Amino acid sequence: MRDEGRAETVLTVSRLRIAFATQNASAGPPAPAVDDVSFALGRGRVLALVGESGSGKSATAMSILGLLPPSAEVSGSVRLEEEELLTASAARWRRVRGGRIGTIFQEPMSAFTPAYRIGWQIAEAIRAHHPRMSRADVRARTRELLGSVGLRDPDRVGRSFPHELSGGQLQRAMIAMAISCEPVALIADEPTTALDVTVQAGILELLRSLRATRGTAILLITHDMGVVADLADDVVVMRQGAVVETGPVDRIFAAPEADYTRELLASVPRLSTLRTAPVVPRAEAVVDADGLAAEVRDAVIAYGGRGLRGGVTAVSGVSFRIPRGRTFGLVGESGSGKSTLGRAFAGLLPLRAGTIEVDGIDLATASGSSMRAMRRSLGYVFQDPASSINPRSLVGDAITEPLRLHTRQSAGERRARAAELLDAVRLPAATIDRFPHELSGGQRQRVAIARAIALRPTLLIADEPTSALDVSVQARVLELLAELQRELGFACLFISHDLAVVKELADEVAVMRLGEIVEQGASETVLSAPEHDYTRRLLAAAPVADPAAQHERRRQWLALGAEAPETAA
Amino acid sequence: MRLLRYLSFRLLGILVVLLVIAVITFAIFYLLPSDPARLACGRPCTEANLERVRQYMGVDQPWFVQLGAFLAGIVAGREFGTTVSVHCDAPCFGYSFLRNQSVTELIGERFPATASIAIGAAILFLLLGVIGGLIAALRRNTIVDRGIMTFSIAGVSTPVYLAGILAILLFGFTLRWLPTSGYVALDDDPLQWLSHLILPWVSVAFVSAAVYARLTRSEMLEVMGLDYIRTARAKGLAERRVIGKHGLRTALLPVVTVFGLDLGVLLGGAVITEKVFAIPGMGALLIEAVSAVDVQLIVGLTLFAAFLVVTLNLVIDLVYGFLDPRVRVS
Amino acid sequence: MTATTAREDVAVPARKTGFRTLVGNLARDPWAVAAATTIVVFVLAAILADAITAITGVDPYTYNQHLLDGRGQPIGWGGGISATHWFGVEPLTGRDLFAIVVYGARTSLFIGISATLLAVLIGTVVGITSGYFGGWYDRITSRAVDVMFGFPTLVFLIALMAIIPADLPRPPFIALVIGVFGWPGISRIVRGQTLALRERNFVVASKAMGARSWRIVLGQVLPNVGATIVVVASVIIPGMIAAEAALSFLGVGVTPPTPSWGRTIGEAILWVRTSPMYLIFPGAALFLITLAFNVFGDSLRDALDPRTARR
Repeated sequence: MRDEGRAETVLTVSRLRIAFATQNASAGPPAPAVDDVSFALGRGRVLALVGESGSGKSATAMSILGLLPPSAEVSGSVRLEEEELLTASAARWRRVRGGRIGTIFQEPMSAFTPAYRIGWQIAEAIRAHHPRMSRADVRARTRELLGSVGLRDPDRVGRSFPHELSGGQLQRAMIAMAISCEPVALIADEPTTALDVTVQAGILELLRSLRATRGTAILLITHDMGVVADLADDVVVMRQGAVVETGPVDRIFAAPEADYTRELLASVPRLSTLRTAPVVPRAEAVVDADGLAAEVRDAVIAYGGRGLRGGVTAVSGVSFRIPRGRTFGLVGESGSGKSTLGRAFAGLLPLRAGTIEVDGIDLATASGSSMRAMRRSLGYVFQDPASSINPRSLVGDAITEPLRLHTRQSAGERRARAAELLDAVRLPAATIDRFPHELSGGQRQRVAIARAIALRPTLLIADEPTSALDVSVQARVLELLAELQRELGFACLFISHDLAVVKELADEVAVMRLGEIVEQGASETVLSAPEHDYTRRLLAAAPVADPAAQHERRRQWLALGAEAPETAA
Repeated sequence: MRLLRYLSFRLLGILVVLLVIAVITFAIFYLLPSDPARLACGRPCTEANLERVRQYMGVDQPWFVQLGAFLAGIVAGREFGTTVSVHCDAPCFGYSFLRNQSVTELIGERFPATASIAIGAAILFLLLGVIGGLIAALRRNTIVDRGIMTFSIAGVSTPVYLAGILAILLFGFTLRWLPTSGYVALDDDPLQWLSHLILPWVSVAFVSAAVYARLTRSEMLEVMGLDYIRTARAKGLAERRVIGKHGLRTALLPVVTVFGLDLGVLLGGAVITEKVFAIPGMGALLIEAVSAVDVQLIVGLTLFAAFLVVTLNLVIDLVYGFLDPRVRVS
Repeated sequence: MTATTAREDVAVPARKTGFRTLVGNLARDPWAVAAATTIVVFVLAAILADAITAITGVDPYTYNQHLLDGRGQPIGWGGGISATHWFGVEPLTGRDLFAIVVYGARTSLFIGISATLLAVLIGTVVGITSGYFGGWYDRITSRAVDVMFGFPTLVFLIALMAIIPADLPRPPFIALVIGVFGWPGISRIVRGQTLALRERNFVVASKAMGARSWRIVLGQVLPNVGATIVVVASVIIPGMIAAEAALSFLGVGVTPPTPSWGRTIGEAILWVRTSPMYLIFPGAALFLITLAFNVFGDSLRDALDPRTARR
């Protein structure tokens, strides 16, 4: 199946070079964002452009569509079926866009114009390329397209406005629009990055079937090695605007030649092979109350409503314990209530029922002073590094905020402690006088960790601490967290949607869905031999960075009958 | 059905807002040390006379009783005095004893002139502003953009009376193309009506269009960078359609909001414009009322102006809901 | 595990502070420099009005009937421009127009700036607290803002000016009234920003660390709306100056003999065919200071907002 390399070439990019003109001419000619990139995409093939942020993969894709901003200087050649695009007229290029090349973007939520119905927007795409088609034909075609991408109720989706649909539904509608004029090639720019894994698996399956049934060539742009392993035939690895390595997918994964590719693959956290037969669970280790860092019993949390009724229940009847010095992983898709629970642990949300105890203090009944004591023993690291530190305060001040709140240390003592903490998170001492916007995402996350451990907490809550980071940066941040935990002995509540990341760190795991824990236990057990159906589907849907293993996983996923197109929230 | 419920809810909200404004206006104007009765009582103003006038006007009552009578008057009309009574038909916004006319009547007389200025100018500045801003945004950083933006920052910085006086100097006195003052009713002579209004329209439009041009430009620049514009381009739409159908639609939302407020304020009395061009509209009436300290008239005009602003706000919200499906429900 | 690559996420860039960068950016923008210079000149003129007018020994109050002809027109070119009377003299009274314009700057800037300060103060306090605390307090203040927007402000101000006691000092009262009516817009903007900030992680983190509300409002929220407040203030000042001028133009603002550009312009309309200079000098002064504040406000916004700054 994989040796059809002689397939007819649809799209050829050669010696592509893109540079963005900058305002200050004094800096000399601008450094190219993309430099000497070449690849060829064959009919019915999937070519993956892989790279971390700043690799120039998206700029490359946009140059194929002629959608780069006017400040970009493009040279080289882009040929679509022997036709040179870079020198094409505007009118010609317009016929290519949507007509010959369809496009799928990353954020389905913002990719449709909010003011128009989905059906109208797809019909508009059809009419742009078939102006003479009759109204009834356009309508029929729109309906047919929406039906062909696995949407259950194409009529309703067609009538809906974008804000009325889920991310998965929108991405399917986007694919319907992209294939509306039978394009020879599809550009899929991070098509599943904004989606939950179970939804992602469905979208990837849809793309695979498009390639099989229509022979559409797909240029897949992604940072996710699992997605590459799942879908791609050929891979182009990019880094800082240049091609690092090109080759068929099996060879790239099995025997990467470039150092960078090897490193990238090594950074990807791994899930073990999925066993569908249950193993005998180990007897749960008995932990006495003294050994507990935190415990939650029958917690119910609801938003909105007044008093004890009404509102939306985000978490219902959740119980688990976190022993001292251990890491507890909380896994789930968006809307599962995992972050809500994390916030409740920090005393930021009231419980409607049940109790949460942190370091022996019951949050619901705690007095003001014991609440303060509880907060001393708690650290919190958030997902988005861009907003986790106050942009107006210096790093040194941000790190020592807990010291200012909970101790009477002098400015000098605090500064000394800040220097120690920066050293602990492996940041250079000079960082102390920087503003957050002067740091990279990974550095900011390190600062956030330094702040969280400033008072040597009993419990560290880490809410998706690495999901906004590049995979190589993620690996180093996770490594740092583990090291710090060994040194300082805090317990950690680790919240994530990424099963592989959780598996790397967590001793125990709870899987949440729609506000309830569906399964919990030792992470080794739950994440390799799950008992609950949902956990199994979740695990099967998570792509792994190994084409052969992923092939097997996909088979299992299909066997589980997991294709439930519109279950996404 | 949902729309009906929404409408009745909003109308109720408007009533509440107007009521609050009425209370505040009333409280301020009646608590401040000015005595409408003394001004109306004529000469010689003896104590006994004054007391009678007070009783006649109802200002001997505490202010909240007066407020109640005023509010009842809006709904049911009102009688002043007992022996020689004056009747004020509903909706009664008060009675000007200095002019022996009800405020409602006075507004009815003066409103057409103000509305002529406001609506004509509003159409003009909306069109000029949006088109100017759109062109500036699409020709960003070119000489055209710079020209439009320089022109509009000058417009924003020019007080409307200065623009009016300059227009009078140029088109009226120097070129002698157009009349510089006065108002002719549309029914009497449409051509004269038009020629008297052109200068007011142009001066108001010059100042206000500038605001709209700046707003449209910045909104347009922001919207054209959004994801869905890229989608629209990627599906092969002509740039004209991308801008017109996908870009402008969202970019105009804040413009619509500001337009509603501006139109409401203008309709409530283009005070300055009316003074510069000597047009007998509501603004001029207000100035006359102020110099005569005709408190009933002042309060009536203020409330009517508030009514216009609030009502237009509702209209704008409905238009907004039509333009943006996301706010339609809720 | 990955020691091969240089740890690029650990290399720290050179230090650049926000304020110095801001001033640097503004200094490179010729429009901003011109606007700032104009503002400084006007402010100095307002402060040093006594010293400046003392150069030629003029003041805005003395009548000079000998400079007028029989119909009250100033004698001489440009409305009586001379070495003593730089801008000529006022028709009918013969008062020195330069002194009137310079002292008028004092009135305009005093009212404009103090009204802005008042409006910004109220707007910020209401906006931040209602945005941060939410609940019934927010509902009430938001309704109040709606009501204020429904207020026909100019109409109301004119009406109010008519009935205030004559013995109240006018300029501070005008500043007070304009300021009190000017806050709802600022409050709305600040509230919107606060609502967004309240959900930002660093604010939530501060709360999780146990910081008290006032500490979060002052330490985390306020510094982040600071830039907006500065920009809004610089955009509002010209509006406040214009409001005073409009009231005075209509004859209900600053009362004679206190000099005011708006009132002088209002009086100058009657003389515009015969003594255009009487209109032009105060008119140009009002236009220039408004323009300068508007241009400076624009540049400041561009310099502070990274989205528009990247032009």
